[in-house]
Amino acid sequence: MAKMKIPSIAASEITPERIWRSRRRWMQGVGAGAIAAGAGALLPARADNAASGLRGAPNPDYFVPEKLTSERDVATYNNFYEFGTGKNDPSDHGASMKTRPWTVTIEGEVERPRTFDIDELLKLAAIEERVYRLRCVEAWSMVIPWEGYPLSVLLKKVQPTSKARYIEFVTALQPENMPGASAGILDWPYVEALRMDEAMHPLTMLVMGVYGKPLPNQNGAPVRVVIPWKYGFKSGKSIVKIRLVDEMPLTSWNKAAPHEYGFYANVNPDVAHPRWSQATERRIGGNLFTPRAKTLMFNGYADQVASLYTGMDLQRYY
Amino acid sequence: MQVARAKPLIFAVTLYPVFRWIWLAFNDGLTANPPEFLIRSSGIWALVALCLTLSVTPLRRLLGQPVLIRCRRMLGLFAFFYSTLHILGWAFWERDWSLASMWGDIVQRPFIAIGVIAFVPMTAMAFTSTSGWMRRMGHHWQTLHRSIYVIVALSVWHFWLVRSGKNDFFEPYVYGVVVAALLLARVGYVVRKRGWFRL
Repeated sequence: MAKMKIPSIAASEITPERIWRSRRRWMQGVGAGAIAAGAGALLPARADNAASGLRGAPNPDYFVPEKLTSERDVATYNNFYEFGTGKNDPSDHGASMKTRPWTVTIEGEVERPRTFDIDELLKLAAIEERVYRLRCVEAWSMVIPWEGYPLSVLLKKVQPTSKARYIEFVTALQPENMPGASAGILDWPYVEALRMDEAMHPLTMLVMGVYGKPLPNQNGAPVRVVIPWKYGFKSGKSIVKIRLVDEMPLTSWNKAAPHEYGFYANVNPDVAHPRWSQATERRIGGNLFTPRAKTLMFNGYADQVASLYTGMDLQRYY
Repeated sequence: MQVARAKPLIFAVTLYPVFRWIWLAFNDGLTANPPEFLIRSSGIWALVALCLTLSVTPLRRLLGQPVLIRCRRMLGLFAFFYSTLHILGWAFWERDWSLASMWGDIVQRPFIAIGVIAFVPMTAMAFTSTSGWMRRMGHHWQTLHRSIYVIVALSVWHFWLVRSGKNDFFEPYVYGVVVAALLLARVGYVVRKRGWFRL
């Protein structure tokens, strides 16, 4: 519902956060440049990567020219069943999750299995900002600026073997800090998986931040994946282990309800969920009279990813 | 007992969900997905009103207050009111007023079909709820209005199916237990009255 209060400043007069942040960044850059020139010292590439902020350079190749979903909606309306099944449960109960120290172990079909500390992951590659659509399997959607880098950067460090055909993401399970984990809704810990070529696709992102800040706990702190052409549940949050395997892993939702949630879970307006149509979606942030939007094949990323599924019956492999 | 005086009060209390929605709408409280919130909320309140309607008879027997029956019609009509909002919410926000799309949803999805099936006798009951219709229909009136037992069972089933995707059956389970208790109270009453079973 639209707010009925008349704001004292017109909304159009307010500089969007993205813009003023980029201006500030530009000024910081100029300032830093001056200092660097004066002192002849090399400054870290990104001065604003402090605890308070985590903003990468916007990558214009991965940008959706649509209105961003508000930071508040992104942070307060989502699913993270370990904290409860309500959409506000993750933000209400997420704070108790411990995100430091944090390591991500990569094992299985790799030449160089390794455990990465979260601080290492943050420095592994330049953080970039990408604006992606997010389409939930429940037929709502958002547009979100994520901070991270391609997952392939991390995977190349561990050198997958020729037997690595699938990749499995195991997410955190802290029963004492996760009120929803005592309910037998899913077989914890939450496990998601991709085919190796999907994981190596440039769109697939390892994400450490959102809206220029480190991920809030409810959005999957401190590190998650984002696969924008698949339904949101494929994008595992708070990852602790990555396993490269040669057989298709059993994922949590596929295990719980195989007729509702397939392994691929590609966004597809033509394949209905048993309990609702996927042809349209509700974009979060509208008012009570905003019509539903048409859902796009592969969530609008068909040009980039359709070739991954050439010859595949997408009705069958949903 | 001053049931006549209590009725406006009960009326106001039963309108509480509507006031709450309006208050939430003006205070940015309808969540990030207001249509979804309102559809779900109206469905829950329809079920609550159904349970309240069904509790009138056991309650008046328990308390020895036959006059409570005078609240039953109002509660039943509130159940119809919230069910109507629930269905209109679905028709508008989920189906965009398209009859073809509504029909498609009904034939493709059992939980939608069950909800719609429950709504049909409910509409008939609301329509025939006046004293005039009670008189005109005679003993058929009671036969028709006994379909509330079927309606409430279908409603819990509908809710159960809605939640089956999340594997989260706690709330439908609670409503199921409440409804079962309200129906068992009637069975117990008939059994005792007819002397089929003596303690």
